[in-house]
Amino acid sequence: MSYIRPNFRHPELQANELGYARKDYEGSLSTLCAGCGHDSISAAIIQSCFELAIPPHSVAKISGIGCSSKTPTYFLGKSHGFNSVHGRMPSVATGANLANRDMVYIGVSGDGDSASIGLGQFAHVTRRNLNMLYIVENNGCYGLTKGQDSATADVGSASKKGVPNPYEPIDLCTMALQLGATFVGRSFSGDKNQLVPLIKAAISHRGFAFIDVISPCVTFNNTVQSTKGYEYAREHMAATGKMDFVPVRQEITADYEPGFTHEITLHDGSVVHLYKQEPGFDANDRNQAIRTLQAYKQKGEILTGLLYIDPDLEDFHEIQGTVNKPLRDLGATELCPGSRSLEAINSNLR
Amino acid sequence: MKPTNIKHPEYFHKVVDCQYACPAHTPVPEYIRLIAQGRYDDAYMVNWESNVFPGILGRTCDRPCEPACRRGRVEEEPVAICRLKRVAADNKVKDDIAKRIPSKPAKKNGKRVALVGAGPASLTVARDLAPLGYELHIFDAQKAGGGFMRSQIPSFRLPEEVLDEEVGYILGMGPVARFDTYIDSLQSLLEQNYDAVFVGSGAPRGRDLKNLPGRQEGAEHIHIGIDWLGSVAFEHTKSIGKKVIVLGGGNTAMDCCRTARRLGGDDVKVLVRSPFADMKASPWEKEDAIHEDIPIVDNHVPKEFVIEDGKLVGMRFDKVRAEYDSAGRRNLVPTGEDPVFFPCDDVLVAIGQENSFPWIERDIGIVFDKWGMPVLDKETFQATNPRVFFGGDAAFGPENIITAVAHGHQAAISIDLFCRGEKPSRRPAPGVTLVSQKMGIHEWSYDNQVDDDLRYKVPHADKKLSLLDRKLEVELGFDVATAFREAERCLNCDVQTVFSDSRCIECDACVDICPTDCISFIENAEEEALRKSLKIPANNLTQDIYVSGALKTGRVMVKDEDVCLHCGLCAERCPTSAWDMQKFLYEVTKAAPLCNV
Ligand SMILES: Cc1cc2nc3c(=O)[nH]c(=O)nc-3n(C[C@H](O)[C@H](O)[C@H](O)COP(=O)(O)OP(=O)(O)OC[C@H]3O[C@@H](n4cnc5c(N)ncnc54)[C@H](O)[C@@H]3O)c2cc1C
Ligand SMILES: Cc1ncc(C[n+]2csc(CCOP(=O)(O)OP(=O)(O)O)c2C)c(N)n1
Ligand code: SF4
Ligand code: SF4
Ligand code: SF4
Ligand SMILES: [Mg+2]
Repeated sequence: MSYIRPNFRHPELQANELGYARKDYEGSLSTLCAGCGHDSISAAIIQSCFELAIPPHSVAKISGIGCSSKTPTYFLGKSHGFNSVHGRMPSVATGANLANRDMVYIGVSGDGDSASIGLGQFAHVTRRNLNMLYIVENNGCYGLTKGQDSATADVGSASKKGVPNPYEPIDLCTMALQLGATFVGRSFSGDKNQLVPLIKAAISHRGFAFIDVISPCVTFNNTVQSTKGYEYAREHMAATGKMDFVPVRQEITADYEPGFTHEITLHDGSVVHLYKQEPGFDANDRNQAIRTLQAYKQKGEILTGLLYIDPDLEDFHEIQGTVNKPLRDLGATELCPGSRSLEAINSNLR
Repeated sequence: MKPTNIKHPEYFHKVVDCQYACPAHTPVPEYIRLIAQGRYDDAYMVNWESNVFPGILGRTCDRPCEPACRRGRVEEEPVAICRLKRVAADNKVKDDIAKRIPSKPAKKNGKRVALVGAGPASLTVARDLAPLGYELHIFDAQKAGGGFMRSQIPSFRLPEEVLDEEVGYILGMGPVARFDTYIDSLQSLLEQNYDAVFVGSGAPRGRDLKNLPGRQEGAEHIHIGIDWLGSVAFEHTKSIGKKVIVLGGGNTAMDCCRTARRLGGDDVKVLVRSPFADMKASPWEKEDAIHEDIPIVDNHVPKEFVIEDGKLVGMRFDKVRAEYDSAGRRNLVPTGEDPVFFPCDDVLVAIGQENSFPWIERDIGIVFDKWGMPVLDKETFQATNPRVFFGGDAAFGPENIITAVAHGHQAAISIDLFCRGEKPSRRPAPGVTLVSQKMGIHEWSYDNQVDDDLRYKVPHADKKLSLLDRKLEVELGFDVATAFREAERCLNCDVQTVFSDSRCIECDACVDICPTDCISFIENAEEEALRKSLKIPANNLTQDIYVSGALKTGRVMVKDEDVCLHCGLCAERCPTSAWDMQKFLYEVTKAAPLCNV
């Protein structure tokens, strides 16, 4: 077993604008099962952060418990990380984000972590429009504890154990839409052409960006009767449309590829180009997104791509009117204004 | 593109860059692993089987394998392949090797073959044919075997014991050597009813500057480089003047100047027409010369030998600069500056060699071309007189030892086929095996970890001492500890990534883990388009791309062989064993099976 990845990389691989190599965004060698979809998502995150030229030290990776939640070890090894408690990633992310609003927050969770034990935390962080990327690596099972059905398993889907799941699944994208998420997407670990631009847009989005990524558990839930296996996902994937992400730095030219429908400018000036949408689909219409998801589910298809985006809603900091600097940048007098200020606050409450 | 036919012996052979580049196709990674394991005898025999002179070549080979080495494409420098070969030779147990070398065959096959010259080409033919029971007669004008390896390559690069040992192994296998015997007529040789004659007479004539003013008057102190080296080797020449000019930019010039330094030349200079970078000499030979305080003065074209009072006092040169036309052809253009004078006591002319066959009659059925070279079949080395075969420098002009060896193997096959009444054009297929290296779920029987170490330097003897003794070997060779580290740099390019379409579930695990982004799953297309659409475009056209059949999604797996590290991670991360690491062994078939390693 190899525990170390060789250090050589393709000689033609260029550094990004900051001078970082893609290797600077890698983590340690994965210990997940060979063939796990989660590893592809890690690779997509590495690629996205590299292409966005995010300084690795300005990223915080926060996760719960599960194979999916282990993955932050396998990407962005030079970034900050917090592997928290099962289902509690959102509260840790919220705390960190409130303390330092300048960092990029990547929350990684699983379907077990988010749709079962952490459902409450998931709901509230969504409502608050916390500025973060929240990725669920959705394999329809509890991989780490040997493949029990999770709350996202479809009715009738059967894992390695062979018993069809009898319960109605939770659709996390639908929930996120209902709870006010300002960016919602769905993708598949095996489709980096779609996943990478989606992650880049989600990171650039100011506010709560949720991506549900179908990510097959190759060991426990990649059976022919599973709706979260590689084959099923490939055969039943449909997309709202192709999406391109154009970073701010790149000059936006007028010549779009054929099929272009419209563009959405994000808060930081970067632009999302949308192509050949599902007829009549409007990524700015929350209700329509929910309806379309439902319609596809009924057809037995998995609707992927960017489902909803509103780049202009206030995020948690704006709603709260917090100080616009990270706490670490405040001086002692600002952080501890003294007994006279306390007196003033107290008298206000009398 | 059509799925790659990995069954074709040349497909994976090409992936083993070093072996493919070696004219004799020595299984390089195989012997490097044996060195790493401390199995020096086995490593020696793997070499001996392929290249016949591991100890000699481990010191002197032109090493075409090294520029080809994959390692040079992912970091600064290739593996020190050549010097590792020497480690096998230095550390083997001689007595054990002697036992593994085939002894004289008990039974003769009744056929007689004459070999002209006892250089590496003839010796290889003799070695390959001896076990088959041929009666082999080797003739050489020199007093001992080895050809140019003995007369030209100085002892400070190749000690006599090493040469004697390896020439001795071959002569011990049964061939009869007649030294001090110059063949002055091929016709009379053919009349002695040999079943075949092999001509391995080399390219023995050094070029001269006959028409340069002063050449005649200064003759006493103007020497042809190769003749001079030969006369030093055979100890007819023991000294040279203090100031020496060496003309030429190839390896012969480097050997001349370094030898002159050891024979009393204090002020030895190399003057070369071309720019330094264009010189023919290997970079390491130039380095060694410079290290021995020999300046290399480039862009100087000889104008005249300057004679005063009937004695050579120096040379005058015109200065030029190189200009390259659009086709990249070089032109040396005079700079217009005044000619420059360099004083000297002796001049060594090392500006190239030529073939010459004064002893071959032109009316015995051997056709020569307009350059005086024999017309040969490129594959069989057979001349237009079917009983005569050529090889080594005599075949297509001066090359090097390893090329002479490679020719020798092929000529031996031809001679054997010819003597058995078969067509020499029916070449035997190479021997190939492909064996899985899997030991456990994630375990391989080769060391798949890729080491980061930079190339190790071979230690040299003290310069002061070396310059005093022409026979003191300069390079000391790697000690075994360093050899191990250097061997670990080898990427095991012979352990191939073998893909089976039907097993792949297209999970992308291999794509994600591959450190050098070799693998892509994409829509099939024609090669040019396919190369462009890979995760990282496959721009190195000298390297193949490996294309699978259609997978479930209709896509294909395409692997760019260019910078694959053979780390096995793709196979480790593959959940279905669609990738496997399999050791590919390619062996050039020889006239006779020689030894089992
Ligand atoms: C100065 C110098 C340095 C070199 N250094 C290297 C090096 O470091 N590495 C390398 O790979 N190559 C080197 N070479 C090249 C290499 O020596 C030759 O390419 C190689 O030896 C050719 O082998 P061969 O068997 O064809 O002939 P040769 O080695 O040239 O042997 C031919 C033999 O045939 C004999 N002969 C010729 N005609 C007759 C005749 N009519 N009758 C009887 N005997 C005859 C000659 O005496 C000679 O011994 C060097 C060459 C020179 C000149
Ligand atoms: C509080 C608590 N309850 C239960 C567990 C056991 N447990 C560990 S991982 C896991 C489920 C993980 O499933 P998911 O989030 O889908 O991750 P996956 O392994 O499938 O990627 C559970 C129930 C735990 N670690 N902590
Ligand atoms: S158990 Fe499943 S989810 Fe966990 S690493 Fe293995 S394949 Fe991935
Ligand atoms: S052996 Fe496999 S993983 Fe390693 S470099 Fe080659 S293709 Fe990539
Ligand atoms: S890891 Fe194996 S199964 Fe997965 S894509 Fe690669 S070859 Fe196919
Ligand atoms: Mg799960």
